[in-house]
Amino acid sequence: MLAWTIYISFAGALIAALLPKEKLLLARWLALAVGAAGMVISISGYTTGFAQGRQVLVDALWVPSMGIHFQFAADGISRVLVLLTGIAAVAGILFSWNVEVRANEFFAFYLALIGGVYGVFLSGDLFLLFVFYEIAIVPKYFLIAIWGSTRREYGAMKLALYSFVGSAMVLVGLLAAYTTSGSHSTALNDLAHAGLPVAFQMWCFPLVFVGFAILAGMWPFHTWAPTGHVAAPTAASMLLAGVVMKLGAYGCLRVGIGLFPRGLDPWGFSLLGLTSWRDVFAWLAVIGIVYGALVALAQTDFKFVIGYSSVSQMGYVLLGLMTLNQIGLDGAVLQMFSHGIIAGLLFAIVGRVVYDRTHTRQFADLETMHLARRLPFAAWSFVVAGIASMGLPGFSGFVAELQVLVGAWRANPWWTAVSGIGILVGIAYIWRALQKAFFSDALPSAHELESEQAHKFSPITWPEIAGVALLGMCTLVVGLYPRILLDQIEPAVKALLAGGAK
Amino acid sequence: MNYAALFRATLPETILEIAALLVLVVDLGFLRKAAMQTRIAAAALFGVAGCAVAVWAVSIAGPYNWGSDLLLAAGGSAEVAQVAILVLTALTLLLLIGSEFTRNPGEYVAVVLMAAAGGLLISAAQDLIVIFTGLELLSLSLYVLTAFAKKSGKSAEAAIKYYIFGGMSAAFLLFGFSDLYGASGSTNLQRIVQESYFASISGGAPLLYLALAMIAAGLGFKVAAVPFHLWAPDTYEGAPIPSASFIASVSKVASFALLISIGAALAHGFGSGNQVRLVFFNLGPAAGFAGPQAQWSLILAVLSIASMLAGNLAALAQSSVRRLLAYSAIAHAGYILLGLAFFSSSSLSAEAILYYIVTYGLTTIGAFGAVGVVERAAGSDKMDAFLGLHKRAPVLAAVLLVLFLSLAGIPPLVGFWAKFNLFAAVLRVSAGVVPFTLVALAVAFSAVSLYYYLQVLKRAYVMPAADESAIRAHPVTLAVLLLIAAAVLVFGCFPALLQNWIASLYA
Repeated sequence: MLAWTIYISFAGALIAALLPKEKLLLARWLALAVGAAGMVISISGYTTGFAQGRQVLVDALWVPSMGIHFQFAADGISRVLVLLTGIAAVAGILFSWNVEVRANEFFAFYLALIGGVYGVFLSGDLFLLFVFYEIAIVPKYFLIAIWGSTRREYGAMKLALYSFVGSAMVLVGLLAAYTTSGSHSTALNDLAHAGLPVAFQMWCFPLVFVGFAILAGMWPFHTWAPTGHVAAPTAASMLLAGVVMKLGAYGCLRVGIGLFPRGLDPWGFSLLGLTSWRDVFAWLAVIGIVYGALVALAQTDFKFVIGYSSVSQMGYVLLGLMTLNQIGLDGAVLQMFSHGIIAGLLFAIVGRVVYDRTHTRQFADLETMHLARRLPFAAWSFVVAGIASMGLPGFSGFVAELQVLVGAWRANPWWTAVSGIGILVGIAYIWRALQKAFFSDALPSAHELESEQAHKFSPITWPEIAGVALLGMCTLVVGLYPRILLDQIEPAVKALLAGGAK
Repeated sequence: MNYAALFRATLPETILEIAALLVLVVDLGFLRKAAMQTRIAAAALFGVAGCAVAVWAVSIAGPYNWGSDLLLAAGGSAEVAQVAILVLTALTLLLLIGSEFTRNPGEYVAVVLMAAAGGLLISAAQDLIVIFTGLELLSLSLYVLTAFAKKSGKSAEAAIKYYIFGGMSAAFLLFGFSDLYGASGSTNLQRIVQESYFASISGGAPLLYLALAMIAAGLGFKVAAVPFHLWAPDTYEGAPIPSASFIASVSKVASFALLISIGAALAHGFGSGNQVRLVFFNLGPAAGFAGPQAQWSLILAVLSIASMLAGNLAALAQSSVRRLLAYSAIAHAGYILLGLAFFSSSSLSAEAILYYIVTYGLTTIGAFGAVGVVERAAGSDKMDAFLGLHKRAPVLAAVLLVLFLSLAGIPPLVGFWAKFNLFAAVLRVSAGVVPFTLVALAVAFSAVSLYYYLQVLKRAYVMPAADESAIRAHPVTLAVLLLIAAAVLVFGCFPALLQNWIASLYA
């Protein structure tokens, strides 16, 4: 059933591409229908997946001579991320309701991207996973280059090349694992049980992990993320931060840790106090958390704040992965979901609700606009999203970050201690953005009031309200009742840890 | 001498030659007064029909032996390459319909068919003399085809450059062949490989190295490997579109089929190990020489690295799309040479290389076809001629998108699968550090290549159009392009289709 999310999305993309150019509404409603269908399937797949373990959805030999399977499979981790994709896809479509230039092509690329993302999360075969991973690159490029804003061609090309370099590293790892295993199958399960030599895992793990982590925004390979997010149109940046970065993190988890668990073993010597790849990547993740937050604090462009906050937030995911214990990995997966929702919400408010009315994202300009009064909807939704992003109790970010930090403490207390700086700065940059963009102190002068009357902002539309409500509700529900996701994540993580990493 | 067997073995070539003559008769005899477009269409369709009959002939052609030596092979890589050559030739002939560069369609189609016959010959040839004859038939026809746009100075310039380089490389090749004959006393590939081992023990190794280097230079020219590639950008840029796509596809398929024959001869002469063991036990190990395969592999690996490096980096700087395709062809030749450098004694490598070159040939014909349509409308093949193509010709832009992404190796298009298959074959033959590093290099360079393919697609899809008038392609051209794009997509989604067919010919 879940596999239909993939087929529907690609079919929708094809139909959207063939629609006549002038039928704006048709393209929108088609996209929404396809997105909603995907969301309904992912929800029903999720709800029927409780206590199911790993379900194989489709399994056929694709290329018999090389043992490549056309296999879709879903465990708890996949189902959570498919659910996230379904929700983010619908929200993204709602926030691109005002796309008017080449709308049919926009939704075609958008749905193709969604299809690729679903495909990665559901692939049970390494080769198939890689195929979907690469399919997702091209639509990203065009979405940003055609419909983007600030330095869009630069941002799009940078993103495409970073992604492609990362996937080239993964491809090399894939070829090496395939030829070394000699198992004559590329199914993830077969490769995991092929008994790859430890020495091989030792060098293949970092290759594949970094290849995927580039897309997860790992410092110092994160620089595509802020420029790409800022250049992207709202829906694309929601997807980029919301689900595409998760592709990278998911690849790190499923392929990196799942196939090469012994690659995390100690090297047997110490270099600058680091004794294994696990230390290296955990510290890179911690640096990412702190660095992303500090840079976000110094931005003058509203969207760059969110862009860098994504780098910081994704650091928690990578840190969680490197804890290699149950609670840390649970937290990492939960953080993927949580950040997907919250980043989507933040980008939607900044890029669509605010920018499409003010036509500026500079704090210096926004400060003079008194948006708290003129756009109360935007201001208060940003307050909610900001609080969720800070990780206050009651929202999904809290549970996720807490678990990651507890897991990190058990692995190495220093990781938690240094990440704590990131949390503090995280609160600071959200406050700063809130204050500068919405709640500046200066009282409006009579002249300003007059011009405000003359240039009223266009009213908030229903798709915006629906999108904000959808995402806000998700983060709240998960925050208040995290078991709704953890019940599926925990057994899947347990199986993954038992099957591979210690 | 068995004339019946010879006739059967060369039936496809004979059919092409007869078709070439018939085209001339029909075009110059019956259609002399007809409208130019009718003549072009008739000649092209006649040529396509000739190719179709020849495909049938390939399926019944048998091998031909001279004494105990194999002269012409049948089945296996020879048959795959021959069928591919005929299909690709037919596609390039269809691109001729609607073109205007020549007033002599009969002659043009006849020369194309003769070139294809040369290609068929070298795909099957197992003997130096036949190889050289076939290569010359192919090469001389290609020089003529390059120069065929008589009103275009560029076309003449390209042909002269191509001719001078080609003549020199033929001289190298012949020199290498005569060295081989001198060292081994035979012109048969298998026999040369076996004899060369004994020759090397009795002090003939330097002569063999010289011969290998000469042959590599001669064939490196044919496949446009660096540093023998200098003709490629000029020829690709100056030649008329059907000629350029013929050179980029059919000629490449034939030349790589020849390299596969050489690789197979080397691998079979020693790959089983029998010969080596025999000599080792009887004569003791020969110092520093383990058969010519190692040297040949080394030469090919060096050519491969140079081609990947120079091709991909030079392509980054191009503003002419035809030159970009030329440099990308050099890069692709580099990937394939990697497969040849690590060649297996089973059919594994040969199948992967054939898969790559056949699908590459198909894609590149489509790419040239699309570039040709834009060039006729915009008057140039510069990148900026592609501005706003998605508005001016949406179908053409979509075809271009599919083909260029396939060349860049993006799944689920066939180019990705071909690369994966080829690199996997290299690593399955030898999983040492060197092949692994080279494969990693090749994968890294395909990441680089995405940049320059995107430069063209960016202009077609992203940047605003300077001129928004619609571009019309000839319906036949458009149909061929759509067919190729569909094939690229279908073979990419179902890679086993083509793979099974290739494997079935080896069985």
